[in-house]
Amino acid sequence: MPETKPVLMQGNVACAEGAINAGVRFYAGYPITPSTEVAERMAARLPDLGGVFIQMEDEIASMAAVIGASIGGMRTLTATSGPGFSLKQENLGYAIMAEIPCVVVNVQRMGPSTGAPTAPAQGDVMQARWGTHGDHPIIAFSPASVYEAYYLTVAAVNLSQKIRQPIVMLLDEVIGHMREKVLIPETGRLMVEKSSDKVPADWKPYDDKGVTPLVPFGFGHYYHVTGLFHDQYGFPTTDPPQVARSLDRIHEKLDKYRDEIVLTNYIGHKEPRVAIVTYGCTVRSARAVVKKAYWQNRKEVGLLSLQTIWPFPEQEIKALAKQADVILVPEMNMGQIVGEIERHVRGEAEVVPVNRYDGEMITPDEISEAVGRWLS
Amino acid sequence: MGNRQEILLTGAGGQGLILASIVLAEAAVNDNKNVVQTQSYGPEARGGASMAGVIIDVDTIEYPKVANPTVLLCMNQASFNKFLPKVKPGCVVIVDSTFVTGPFQEEYKIQTYPITQTAKDELGREVVANMMALGVVNAATELVDRDIFRESIHKMAPKGSGELNQKAFDVGYRLYEHGSGQNFGFSAQTTE
Amino acid sequence: MAIIEQLTQDFLRTKKLPHIWCPGCGNGIVTAALVRAIERAEYDQRDVVIVSGIGCSSRAAGYLNFNTLHTTHGRALAFATGLKMARPELKLFVIMGDGDCSAIGGNHFIHAARRNIDLTAIVVNNHIYGMTGGQHSPLTPEGKKATTAPGGTVEREFDLINLARGAGASFGAKGTAAQPRQLEQLITRGSQHKGFSLIEALSPCPIAYGRRNKLGGPVDMLRDMKEKSISVERASKLGEEELAGKTITGVIFDLEAPEYSEEYYRSISKEK
Repeated sequence: MPETKPVLMQGNVACAEGAINAGVRFYAGYPITPSTEVAERMAARLPDLGGVFIQMEDEIASMAAVIGASIGGMRTLTATSGPGFSLKQENLGYAIMAEIPCVVVNVQRMGPSTGAPTAPAQGDVMQARWGTHGDHPIIAFSPASVYEAYYLTVAAVNLSQKIRQPIVMLLDEVIGHMREKVLIPETGRLMVEKSSDKVPADWKPYDDKGVTPLVPFGFGHYYHVTGLFHDQYGFPTTDPPQVARSLDRIHEKLDKYRDEIVLTNYIGHKEPRVAIVTYGCTVRSARAVVKKAYWQNRKEVGLLSLQTIWPFPEQEIKALAKQADVILVPEMNMGQIVGEIERHVRGEAEVVPVNRYDGEMITPDEISEAVGRWLS
Repeated sequence: MGNRQEILLTGAGGQGLILASIVLAEAAVNDNKNVVQTQSYGPEARGGASMAGVIIDVDTIEYPKVANPTVLLCMNQASFNKFLPKVKPGCVVIVDSTFVTGPFQEEYKIQTYPITQTAKDELGREVVANMMALGVVNAATELVDRDIFRESIHKMAPKGSGELNQKAFDVGYRLYEHGSGQNFGFSAQTTE
Repeated sequence: MAIIEQLTQDFLRTKKLPHIWCPGCGNGIVTAALVRAIERAEYDQRDVVIVSGIGCSSRAAGYLNFNTLHTTHGRALAFATGLKMARPELKLFVIMGDGDCSAIGGNHFIHAARRNIDLTAIVVNNHIYGMTGGQHSPLTPEGKKATTAPGGTVEREFDLINLARGAGASFGAKGTAAQPRQLEQLITRGSQHKGFSLIEALSPCPIAYGRRNKLGGPVDMLRDMKEKSISVERASKLGEEELAGKTITGVIFDLEAPEYSEEYYRSISKEK
């Protein structure tokens, strides 16, 4: 870990800086509140690093350009918010299918539709999971601080390269826009994890045996990239066993690298009666509650915060359900991840949603009240 | 946890309060404190009622929004009317009497200083009223070490305007030291 | 003959043949013209990238032995823009159909042209959505029938070449599958031109377009295409009346204009 220094930084800027330090040198995007600061920081920084910043004609084109640049061998990032994320879905699916690495930042605002552009919400959880059509795997990280916005972006860029899988950084407006003291490495200290530089003689772009590194175009490996179901060499196929194999392949790599992908954090009582499960900015309110209830008053309360929301941390949730009587799920939506939790808890604990969807953060008081109700 | 200070800077869009909040937050970081800064976004930040919050604490800051302000700065009448009812009587309230005429209810600790007027009269630049306000706020609350604050202002000011902004900050201190309600405007006194 | 065989071996993925195109389709002719154009220009095989969209003609990418990128519907130029900016040394050929390029991809088309980004866009214009079975496109001539315009379309068609010119492209040419040698030359010239080069290639679709509009079989359609076409040089000597119903082929415009990737990299080296 390179030396760090404390700075005041905005969440959106932290995404940009994290990406740069992880070696991202290509950004294509389209302006949209509340994510524009990511683009602005990239526009200010990339030219000096010899990188490419391009403001595309629309969100769809931005996603396409990012994929094109990745195939050219660059590490890439794009950022958007709900409405733009909707538009990016088609090509996000393409990147998943064709196994092209890239990181897509979605700074969630309140929807549906144009909604409330500057109001925070966590309404894109299910869109991140199922926004693009077909049975696709997805990885989504949800930072709860500027610090996490920085380091999860670094992790996302490296992981995306390693397993050739697009990764969504699911911020919310609170984390995207707030400025906070963070400790980050000095500019220029790269945190680039190299997957592999060497191309094996028998390299296949979609090897049946597992993930192979992406060999960029222009180096004499004449393979085909398509969004159609394809064989080991990338060529279209409609052969049923190969089609099924192709779909299994993109899911299996997430299972194989699960330990690197699924990140959660637990604080509080070892055997909580009431457990809180949440993600994004809501973690902060929940942590304030647990600090007071457990650290000060030794109440049987705990908090499982999800840095990774997709793939869903089902093992962690199942383990928690064995301990807790009640799982409270605060979310700034009408209840999205709560359904997933219920699905895995299977009645082992009471699952209780705590929702707010008026464009304001859930406060510690609101969570505290819910906790109190279930403790007594 | 008792150290948590919640500072709410309010006024009209264009009065530089968002910038002021960032400068305050930066100064707090330089003073080795934990800090979170938030602000109002959208059209109101450009023209209507602008609002920025800074939370300073020695402990980790969890909930990032200003819920119970300990310091409220009002740089115009509209923000005074809007935000005063939202604070508890113990909150330090500082208003720019250039624009805010009252009513100054007795249950609040309201201090009035002619901030913008002084910036105009004494420094010839209304735009530095925000730094002057920070001087008043910091003098009244000692949130951040004064020297570190001055240095941070210099570092963050646009090229060539560092000293002017520092001077505005110092004049803010002097306004505070002269006391609330003192309307002395242009003065022969020198800053220290 | 020997040269053709050699080309086939080098530049075609012969194992992927036969192709999916219908008998009488012009896509094979256009694809062959592209292969010969690449050969004629003597590009290094490893520098050439074929990008394509979605539709019949876009399947050509799968048959060509280069780095090939078969993208999403209408987005080929946006993918290509990213790739070109990441790797300006690569030689990009972007194959699109008329609906792919001018309807769903219309916005990307005008902006790629506006940036004058260095690539060769080959629009295979068969006046119809072939793969989905014959719906009208923005390049279906007014009055012609399609499954979604059973009485003939009442929409006006785009003038693609002038659209590109108006948007900022610096090279525009039109050829037909009926004149493959000329088409090959146009593609070569377009690829050697620095900037956004559009080659519109008229191509017969006897199945989804010709049959419905009673244009005869493939041979009739090609003959008709040939008879109607008139070179830019000859056309310049004729009046408007004499040109009615004709297709002007050849290089329609060839201009010098700043090219995006070059300008971008120049601008950042100055900033350094």
